[in-house]
Amino acid sequence: MSKQEQHWEKTRNLLFITLAIWFVFSIGIFLFGAEMQESSIRPFGYPLTYWFTCQGSLAIFVILIFWFAGRQEKIDDEFGFSEREGDK
Amino acid sequence: MIKGKFIDNLPKVYGIYTGGFLVFIILMAIAEQAGMSSKLIGIFFVAFTVLIYALIGWLSRTLQVDAYYVAGRQVPTVFNGMATAADWMSGASFVAMAGGIYFKGYGYMALLVGWTGGYVLVASLLAPYLRKFGCYTVPDFIGTRYGGNLARFCAVIVLTVASFTYVTAQINATGTIASVALDIPFGIAVYVGLASILMCSMLGGMRAVTWTQVAQYIVLIIAYLLPVFWISSKLGAGFFPHFMLADEVARIAELEGQFGFVKNSAADLATVPKGLAGITKAHSSVNATPWAFISLAVCMMAGTASLPHVMMRYFTTPSVRTARRSVGWSLFFIFLLYSSAPMLATLSKLSLIDPTLPTGIIGKTIAEVQAIDWYQNWNQANLMFISDFNGNGTLELNEFFMGGKAVVLATPEIAGLPYVISGLVAAGGMAAAMSTADGLVLAISNALSHDIYYKIINPKAETAKRLIVARVLLVLIGFAGATIAALEIQGILGSVIWAFDFAMSGLFFPLVLGVWWKRANAPGAVAGMLLGLISGTAYLIWVRSGGSGFLGITQLTFGIVGAAVSLVSMIVVSLMTTAPDAATQKMVDDVRVPSGKTVLAQK
Repeated sequence: MSKQEQHWEKTRNLLFITLAIWFVFSIGIFLFGAEMQESSIRPFGYPLTYWFTCQGSLAIFVILIFWFAGRQEKIDDEFGFSEREGDK
Repeated sequence: MIKGKFIDNLPKVYGIYTGGFLVFIILMAIAEQAGMSSKLIGIFFVAFTVLIYALIGWLSRTLQVDAYYVAGRQVPTVFNGMATAADWMSGASFVAMAGGIYFKGYGYMALLVGWTGGYVLVASLLAPYLRKFGCYTVPDFIGTRYGGNLARFCAVIVLTVASFTYVTAQINATGTIASVALDIPFGIAVYVGLASILMCSMLGGMRAVTWTQVAQYIVLIIAYLLPVFWISSKLGAGFFPHFMLADEVARIAELEGQFGFVKNSAADLATVPKGLAGITKAHSSVNATPWAFISLAVCMMAGTASLPHVMMRYFTTPSVRTARRSVGWSLFFIFLLYSSAPMLATLSKLSLIDPTLPTGIIGKTIAEVQAIDWYQNWNQANLMFISDFNGNGTLELNEFFMGGKAVVLATPEIAGLPYVISGLVAAGGMAAAMSTADGLVLAISNALSHDIYYKIINPKAETAKRLIVARVLLVLIGFAGATIAALEIQGILGSVIWAFDFAMSGLFFPLVLGVWWKRANAPGAVAGMLLGLISGTAYLIWVRSGGSGFLGITQLTFGIVGAAVSLVSMIVVSLMTTAPDAATQKMVDDVRVPSGKTVLAQK
């Protein structure tokens, strides 16, 4: 496998992990909205589903993007595909 | 001239700007104490901020193509995040979102999840790759990746349909705010709003829009957060509402149980002014089916990733790496406002319905409520209404009606905050609507001037001519948008949601597969764009004209139909026709690695 193919395989795997986490917090948990609402887990005292829609999922997305960016930069560095000065 | 220096000094420049704005707020507060009329304060707030934006627009004027289309590709990560946040958060987010949460609760919160979750798709599937591509516009990517003017032309059509639907809503919002704050008729205010929008974008294109959007973000976020924190402290709900409103949320649920949701008869409802609503849904409990929630969230997420005015903001960063990080910053700045909207809705609702609070009106006599100053003001503005349906002389929960905008616009006054805050909120709403309208008008006119005029009609056009055409189109599109906005056909929020569905129907899969599926070719992309847009639109028309729909897909989620048709037709047609040539495959390979020159620069 060429260097570029390996790079793309790692990039694709990272995409799948990122999308899996995204799926859980944007779609997955809301399949069980009514059940979660009854849960005794109450972040800051808010009902669980309510909290996810107000803050939880939103904050997780912010963190997820920064985590994803960091991992992708590592992958690019590993294969020497990061941008250099004068690449524009 | 000041350009190089300006980029290096951004934190200082915007730091001074923010400080200056805070001083302005304090001066206005002092003026209010000294007896300045509330009308004059409103005029000062809106006029002062709009003049600043116009000044920035004029200072950023340019005669270079790179600066006009992509701000010279040198906008730093965090500042591009702020600009995107302003670009993104429209008048609807600012003025209508808290109201939507107030009235519809959980079912509406799908929009919050959708409008933030979409950024994960932007960051992971598209933005860094399109930045590496080095295009000026979204159709530029489609046209070059798939090859051929037909694909480019189809992308322009989808872009125009989606963005134009959106922009009329924004010009409408600037008109509404300008008419209230400056006290002029709506029909004229729309054109005042348009003039301010054009001042920000015409001379400097993307460069001017970028730097005004950063300034607008600062105004709108201060205008949104300050009242939320202030009201929360004033009500004794806690100094940091986001973490401290659990008791208030529980109290609302208790009161809702106590009052019950009484259904009004159709005859009674007929007497309520149009556009106003009563509280009929529980505040914090799950009141929508999983599918209703998820389908709406999915449409907003895919739509986010396909709306060109957002995507083109990531063409302005210096590198692929900064484009990726910039998406994270965008979402962070959006998160600051979105996570506050539910808190504002909670505070607003509690202060109105809790009989034990001095501001509470439920349980008071009708005559008492009618005598309240703010009730009279907002009743006159057609945003509040009470009626004694059951004739017992006391105001019940089902007898109180309010417009969605009132949650943001009226709550500061209801909670007894000084008028200076209401002026600030008006300036914030204006900033939110203007920044989005700017981004959209520019997205449309850039696509028409670059993709249609330069790439298809007259590839030999000189720079000066291209920029003149771009500016003429900008003004024409602005006027077209304002003319339609002045007709007031649809509500602000409804048309915003449609824009997402249109964009998702026609552009989501052609964009994503362009990067992630090498086998995708021009006939496939054209089929995907056209059939997606046509089937989505057909479904919308069918449901609007009384069709029953299927699978619980409503007129707000028709993008699911469009995108599904788009995906299937794109794959089938691509596989039935010949694979892209080696040069195109090489192009896709180049897009996938950050290093090296942009794809368009190699050609």
